[in-house]
Amino acid sequence: MKLRNWLILAAVVLLTVLPLWLAAPPAIGPDGIPGEAFGGADNKAQAAIGEIAPGYKPWFSPLLEPASGEIASLLFALQAALGAGVIGYWLGASVTRERLRREMNEKAAGQESSAQTAEDAAHAD
Amino acid sequence: MHIMEGFLPFEHALGWTIAATPFIAWGLQSIKKHLREKPEQRMLLGVAAAFSFTLSALKLPSVTGSCSHPTGVGLGALLFGPAAMVPVGLVVLLFQALLLAHGGLTTLGANLFSMAIVGPFVAAGLFRAGRALALPLSACVFAAAALGDLATYVTTAIQLAWAFPDPAGGFAGSLAKFGAIFAITQIPLAISEGLLTVLVVNALRRFNADELQKLPLFGQRGAKA
Repeated sequence: MKLRNWLILAAVVLLTVLPLWLAAPPAIGPDGIPGEAFGGADNKAQAAIGEIAPGYKPWFSPLLEPASGEIASLLFALQAALGAGVIGYWLGASVTRERLRREMNEKAAGQESSAQTAEDAAHAD
Repeated sequence: MHIMEGFLPFEHALGWTIAATPFIAWGLQSIKKHLREKPEQRMLLGVAAAFSFTLSALKLPSVTGSCSHPTGVGLGALLFGPAAMVPVGLVVLLFQALLLAHGGLTTLGANLFSMAIVGPFVAAGLFRAGRALALPLSACVFAAAALGDLATYVTTAIQLAWAFPDPAGGFAGSLAKFGAIFAITQIPLAISEGLLTVLVVNALRRFNADELQKLPLFGQRGAKA
């Protein structure tokens, strides 16, 4: 089980890292400048809307926009960290609970067997 | 899968919002009922929500040369049923729409429909089917989470193709374009999400076996085995 979990993790890392080499370089745009590599799919869809319906004007704009790309990545990092924190807490609590439970069972089993020996000894007398 | 703010025509935005609203009520009801019956599972629900929070913040590179992110709603859909993930998806989407200008309020209904309704329902349905066929648990979890993720992005492509049919190719022409942007990009990410979901379920089986047995979709087979 343990080995398999590590293999799964390795597969996830490979799936994430390999596209960086495998992906074709961005096509050269009409202005002769290659497009942005690894841009967001959401923005590509936005560009596709512009091609299909050049007359379309968005009729609502976001109430609040992150002041810069740095601020945006701060907020994304915050989002990921919040989630990871909760998962980490749960995993830690679960592992500890499992260990305590096992130790308690072992102790109980140990007492039982020592009680058993005491009884045996009593019978032997 | 986020359709940007203002990028759905008014009628479409309104329609998807109306379509998604009853699911929010259903989802809240479902979570309330679940926690009333099993208050000890509050923590696990938090983990499912946290998983979605984390995964949907990670924009990963894909073979198409663009980046996208998993949704992470499959895990919760398997544990608590698909309806429970609607409010969770709503929180994630609101966070990104309000603070990050990622997605939007006018497109919230459409985005909720793809990420928090279609994704979880596909995941839970596939999981149920896989278990009924007595397939190995990990295979069921992987397929459910990965294909649920992919279904979300296919839905987004359909939503956009419906709103913006290609002048030459019509709906199908548009769907091919948006499908190439969203669905193809998503394939490796969906596989990653499936694998990560299997990891979390492995941890659950190892450390929370009792709790897992009490969950409807996991318990059935456990009772039989």
